[in-house]
Amino acid sequence: MSIPLSLSVNGKAVTADVDERTLLVEFLRHDLALTGTHVGCDTAQCGACTVLVDGRAIKSCNVLAAQVAGAKITTIEGLAGADGTLHPMQAAFKECHGLQCGFCTPGMVLGALDLVAHHPHADERTIREALEGNFCRCTGYQNIVKAVQTGAAAMAK
Amino acid sequence: MGANETGPIGQSVRRREDQRFLTGAGQYTDDVTMAREAYVYFLRSPHAHAKISGIDREEARTAPGVLAIYTGDDLVGVNGLPCGWLITGTDGKPMNEPPHPVLAKGKVRHVGDPVAMIVAESLHQAKDAAELIVVDYEILPAVVNGVDALKPGAPQIHDEAPGNRCYTWALGDKGAVDAAFAKAHHVSKVDIVNNRLVPNAIEPRAAVASYSRADESYTLYVTSQNPHVERLLMTAFVLGLPETKVRVIAPDVGGGFGSKIYLYAEETAMVWASKHVNRPLRWAAERSESFISDAHGRDHVTHAEMAVDKDGKFLALRVTTTANVGAYLSTFASCIPTILYATLLAGQYATPAIHCEVTAVFTNTVPVDAYRGAGRPEATYVVERVVHQVGVDLGLAQDEVRRRNFIRTFPYATPVALTYDIGNYDATLDEAMRLADVAGFPARRAEAAKRGKLRGLGYSSYIEACGLAPSNIAGALGARAGLYEAGQVRVNPTGGVTVFTGSHSHGQGHETTFAQIVAGRLGIDIGSVEVVHGDTGRIPFGMGTYGSRSLAVGGTAIVKALDKIVAKGKKIAAHLLEAAETDIEFADGKFTVAGTDRSKAFGEVALAAYVPHNYPLDKLEPGLDETAFYDPTNFTYPAGTHICEVEIDPETGQTSVVAFSACDDFGNVINPMIVEGQVHGGLAQGIGQALLEHCVYDRQSGQLLSGSLMDYALPRADDLPTFKVGTKVTPCTHNPLGAKGCGEAGAIGAPPALINAVLDALAAVGVKDIQMPASPHRVWQAIQAAKSGATVAA
Ligand code: FES
Ligand code: FES
Repeated sequence: MSIPLSLSVNGKAVTADVDERTLLVEFLRHDLALTGTHVGCDTAQCGACTVLVDGRAIKSCNVLAAQVAGAKITTIEGLAGADGTLHPMQAAFKECHGLQCGFCTPGMVLGALDLVAHHPHADERTIREALEGNFCRCTGYQNIVKAVQTGAAAMAK
Repeated sequence: MGANETGPIGQSVRRREDQRFLTGAGQYTDDVTMAREAYVYFLRSPHAHAKISGIDREEARTAPGVLAIYTGDDLVGVNGLPCGWLITGTDGKPMNEPPHPVLAKGKVRHVGDPVAMIVAESLHQAKDAAELIVVDYEILPAVVNGVDALKPGAPQIHDEAPGNRCYTWALGDKGAVDAAFAKAHHVSKVDIVNNRLVPNAIEPRAAVASYSRADESYTLYVTSQNPHVERLLMTAFVLGLPETKVRVIAPDVGGGFGSKIYLYAEETAMVWASKHVNRPLRWAAERSESFISDAHGRDHVTHAEMAVDKDGKFLALRVTTTANVGAYLSTFASCIPTILYATLLAGQYATPAIHCEVTAVFTNTVPVDAYRGAGRPEATYVVERVVHQVGVDLGLAQDEVRRRNFIRTFPYATPVALTYDIGNYDATLDEAMRLADVAGFPARRAEAAKRGKLRGLGYSSYIEACGLAPSNIAGALGARAGLYEAGQVRVNPTGGVTVFTGSHSHGQGHETTFAQIVAGRLGIDIGSVEVVHGDTGRIPFGMGTYGSRSLAVGGTAIVKALDKIVAKGKKIAAHLLEAAETDIEFADGKFTVAGTDRSKAFGEVALAAYVPHNYPLDKLEPGLDETAFYDPTNFTYPAGTHICEVEIDPETGQTSVVAFSACDDFGNVINPMIVEGQVHGGLAQGIGQALLEHCVYDRQSGQLLSGSLMDYALPRADDLPTFKVGTKVTPCTHNPLGAKGCGEAGAIGAPPALINAVLDALAAVGVKDIQMPASPHRVWQAIQAAKSGATVAA
């Protein structure tokens, strides 16, 4: 069954009719062609699909599009400036080499933004624990931790 | 933009590919969409071993949205998936090579074996239709353990492989080894299991296949580390299509670690079906599907013995290994536990005699193939565990037992077929010990003991053979392909440079590293260099990325092409400057007449090549575009020492890696930041293997018990310490970059360092042995068993 849906995605109002079974990640990737949100698992473990819903990081593979009706969604495509200037957290990932294949990266960056919003001065241990829900198979996490610290400091300025 | 954005070779240039990955603009296979595409779903065997006595798909065929359903019998004219390496056994016979059907024919041999391919308008419809297919299985007894499969009476998996044996193969001088053992002062022994791993790149495998009736050609987007190899195997061996009619594109790929080297059934069936359905077809594995269809890694059971003299000098090493290759031979499965394993058993040591016998065995499990390190982690684990044991048995410090046996003169011919060109193993050991603050360890151990915790320190001095590979040597050893690499450098009329490389980047940062080489060598801005990879339609040829070969082999191919560019540029410049060609020097982006200030900029020469108005047309073709193939003359030999410090809670068995230090020698480094990132990632996977990851099959039913990310423990951020890494450099002697390769070192060096550290910690409570992964349960059991005087089975 198709249901009407309105919400805001990266600052733009979106209205659509979606099958009620549609997951948020499917809606973003297929209906809106926002393919920066990735799918890495089927058990809500990997965090590659992380987006911000009203500022909170959630796994978009684990929520129906219909459940976020009316919400403000931010995906990785919504962070950089119109001229391509990176958000300080994105810039920190580049500066600190916090990504290799890039597949986990959108989820990591958005997860990091949620973390910084709640713990602007998080230490290494806190960051490592907060990243529990995001797998990276490439980096060994060390440079991701550094990137989150660097990004947080840049955002505090 | 930092100042280092333009600095070339040896600088930590920030990666150029990051902009797209950080903004969601990356193009991974599953991001590719096509008009009128249809969805593919694979129905897979739920059983480890069964006869298929019938498949009823009538109801499914008429289900909503279904376009086609194919089973093994429908794939007429489609051959089985090939194995790229022929191993000849000790009996002089070629290995047993049973067919590997694209879709099961008559029998399924592991949980996940694909049985039917469903094509439908939507994925939901394809899945719904799959549920309507009735497969009549006659369940057979299964065997999943390699040692079990060799026992008399074990279930027989292939008619073509009696006793489930693929081959028994050996390397080394058995007579010399036996003689050395006969006069040994002491023999140290270890029985070890190298646990089976699931690679788990975070991007699952995926494919989009389409067919064009206009020119009868196919285009395949696929998660591959080596699109040309994929195309070659698929067209020449399986589908019987001309290579010219198939274009394989591996766009952005989200990690590989070996698992995306191989030609898999899914994309092969899809290319075939794209013509029959005449629609673009798409498929992406779900993670649970990856667990039962991506090639696994490791799975060795080994007994090793080292004969030593009274001073702890190694006299001989004897190794017997059973390697589980799974249900079918994957693309490179046969060479991993042989050519890439036994040849590395000398390690960093001057052991005069070595003999290794390997039996490869079929089981009812997912095929096993190369996974980060591929054979070399297994070899290093054997060597470094037995070396640790020698130290323990003789009461020698772990650094001392290593130093007494290090190779110090180069080139050094090992007794297992390799010749190391260069290395300095003392230097990496010294530096690793400094990074690890070994001197301060007794105090840290005492402090931990006060808190009731056990501390241990473990060493691993590894070597690997990278830069695969001299084609003639590989060919003599059974390779069915060459192992060179191709590079093309196209200088455009306005001076910008496009580099086409046969290497493939799926996280390694080639777009930056290779651009650094080109910018550095041509003396031009890195911003005017573009690196293209991963497309058989654009790149001359390529063998792809694996075995830490991209820089040493792929990078060298680019250097060779650059040499040709410079040589031709000198000819053009000589004409423009009215000088003799031999007087022209090229440096800093300028062709100069030696000893004068008369010069032409690189861009001017490029323009002249494409606008040849004043040009030696009688002697020289216009244009500035050169291709080179580079076939290495030897392997490269990265080496180093890793030192792990663990703290164990004896009450719970919980092991924490409190420190990990690594000093590696990768030869010359182009981008230190990228190299360090590769080390971190490798260490995480190596620590993952030793501490957390374990692919477990039920020994009775053959079901995969660790079949999801909830059951299979991938390392998370808080499982790992902050690594201390350093490098020492002895440049590789036989490639112009002096580079050796760095991608696998961490995964090779870390496991024995960690397990040796665990054993060092547990020695205090009487534990003598532990297998990977050192899970809390295992460690706790070992402690309890030691207390009660029993030994624990693996
Ligand atoms: S896709 Fe893995 S958590 Fe959502
Ligand atoms: S960068 Fe590849 S998974 Fe994180």
